Amino acid sequence: MTNEDLKIKLSELFPSATFEEGGQWINVNVDPKDWLFFAKQLRYNTDLNFDYLFCLTCIDWKTHLTVVYHLESTKYRHIIVVRSKLDRNQPEIETVSHIWRTADFHEREVYELFGVNFLNHPDLRLLILPDGWEGKFPLRKDFEDPVNMIKL
Amino acid sequence: MDVKNTAPFNSSEGEPNAQASLKQTADNKKEISKSDVGETDSSPVGGSRMGASFPGEVHNTPSGGVLVSKLDDVINWARSNSLWPLVFGTSCCAIEMMSTASAKYDWSRFGFEVARATPRQADVIIIAGTIVNKMAPVLKRLYDQMADPKYVIAMGACATSGGPFFYNTYSVVKGADHVIPVDVYIAGCPPRPEALLHALITLQKKIKSGTTREQIRMQKPEQNF
Repeated sequence: MTNEDLKIKLSELFPSATFEEGGQWINVNVDPKDWLFFAKQLRYNTDLNFDYLFCLTCIDWKTHLTVVYHLESTKYRHIIVVRSKLDRNQPEIETVSHIWRTADFHEREVYELFGVNFLNHPDLRLLILPDGWEGKFPLRKDFEDPVNMIKL
Repeated sequence: MDVKNTAPFNSSEGEPNAQASLKQTADNKKEISKSDVGETDSSPVGGSRMGASFPGEVHNTPSGGVLVSKLDDVINWARSNSLWPLVFGTSCCAIEMMSTASAKYDWSRFGFEVARATPRQADVIIIAGTIVNKMAPVLKRLYDQMADPKYVIAMGACATSGGPFFYNTYSVVKGADHVIPVDVYIAGCPPRPEALLHALITLQKKIKSGTTREQIRMQKPEQNF
């Protein structure tokens, strides 16, 4: 499907979703509460069939966090970007590790670097950071390097 | 292509750096040959180039000649020409190191061709890349497993000081010399293969002149380096 077709199809399925265009791929904004339902539709709807999660990351906007999912269908070769805005003080979103297996490690990485709590994740613990790392999330904008810190 | 000659371990103890002591050795040789034997009777072995010459002088006699040398110098000369590097690379500097090892730059011209995949058979470890906190204990263990005498080259900005990761990072060690002692530092990000060759030749000169950290430590065991 082209971006236009995708947009029409998704608008029918999810009237609450908003779109952003102008880039190479179509962007969909989803409320974190709707994300699990939305994700299942994207994965299992026969017209959409997004079976490949090729990137899962997070952005710290200082006022809020945004989780970003890049999805592709290996059958139709269409690509979509899903964004979900989270509360920075209590970031929580449902896990999709049972829908896309690759999300397991990606979510653990976002968990340790940004502090996003993925609800119902099977094994949410540190992935790359050393054991015993506590409290501070290195990729948040207010992280301070304990050894050499400069502020611009 | 800027290579720092002296590790902080040497300079802080008031030891002469490699260049200075090399010059001294050369001057001594000249004096000896002039005063004791006379220029026509003796000549350094293996040509006049500092890097290639065999330590000692040949004293010509009617029956052929006599080589006078010091055993320590001969051992250092032998060791410096057969340095086996450890296969160790953690980031982009390793690409330059591979290039230095391959046909175009070919570090085997200088005696480094036997790269070893185990620290137990390696003489020199080239820290080619960023050392992160999680890698630091591994690097320490590799260094400890190497047999004496062993030498360390810190290649590039990351291994020297943390480089681009010096500020505002959560994971990078700010210089590999926080973990293991370093003999030769190379500037660059990453350094060109010529710079690595320069560093390796500098290390050879240091070994020949007996001024690497390891050699000084063995000569003065009462001092803890």
